[in-house]
Amino acid sequence: MTNFSKTATRPASIAADGARSDAASRIVPALLAIAFGLLLFVGTGFAAPSLIHNATHDTRHSLGLPCH
Amino acid sequence: MFKTIILSAFGAGLAVGIALSVVQAVTTEPLILHAETFESAEPAPAAAAPHEHATAEAHAHEAAAPAHEHDADAWSPADGFERSAYTLIANLLMGVGVSAVLLGLMSIRGGRIDASTGVLWGVAGFFAASLLPSLGLSPELPGTAAAEITSRQIWWLSTAAASAIGLALIVFSGSWLLKIAGLVIGVMPHVIGAPVPPSLEASYPAGLGGEFVAASLVVSALLWALSGLCSGWLYQRLSRSA
Repeated sequence: MTNFSKTATRPASIAADGARSDAASRIVPALLAIAFGLLLFVGTGFAAPSLIHNATHDTRHSLGLPCH
Repeated sequence: MFKTIILSAFGAGLAVGIALSVVQAVTTEPLILHAETFESAEPAPAAAAPHEHATAEAHAHEAAAPAHEHDADAWSPADGFERSAYTLIANLLMGVGVSAVLLGLMSIRGGRIDASTGVLWGVAGFFAASLLPSLGLSPELPGTAAAEITSRQIWWLSTAAASAIGLALIVFSGSWLLKIAGLVIGVMPHVIGAPVPPSLEASYPAGLGGEFVAASLVVSALLWALSGLCSGWLYQRLSRSA
């Protein structure tokens, strides 16, 4: 009996979860990808430590990013 | 989907980084090295080695390059292969980063993601994160007088963000009020104004600076457009086979 009642309520909950996870499965990974990309971009193009600055110096100048 | 984005971004970044390095090697890089010869010919800091005026021509930057950094003691790659290798690595990271940002934005927006939509997003990215900020802070050769670095970085990043938000509102919003708001947001950083350099003097000839601005903008356009193109193309292939 308990099994039956669970399966009976499942279709509705799947539909709701499906709609919610569809938006979530699109937005969350997209935001994570943007955060990852920005981290790389800012780390390479803007990080202050001299070591990083010196290693990325020519790339920063070439791309017109503020340098020195 | 995150895996597909990251895989596509790394694949695209690889191609973009290599392409960018090849183009830089014949456009911006010779201008940077040329400008550094003038920088090194200037009065050397007290701590620097004996003057090299006699040899201060084409290859003088090899001896004097570290002196023009803020922190002369810090490590920097040796000129030649090592320097080019680090530039290639930095270009690869930029390519991956830009591709990941573009794919993330395209995913949020929804709709088709392929080479042709990718290249459009890439051009828009160039517009927001390179062309518009360059109006206030034009691409600089080594040896350009400029305001304090942190203030310029903050202005640059804020301007890129405001330009991106403004552009998105203008292109995607349905209401005229929001489109006008987008225009205002995009123009705002230029009304506020970029940090002003202490002088307009430069150690290199003016013509060199002009050439560099054009070369740098072309390189940036290539970074963004190619990143959009390659990452869109790869994403479409990978998500189809997934």
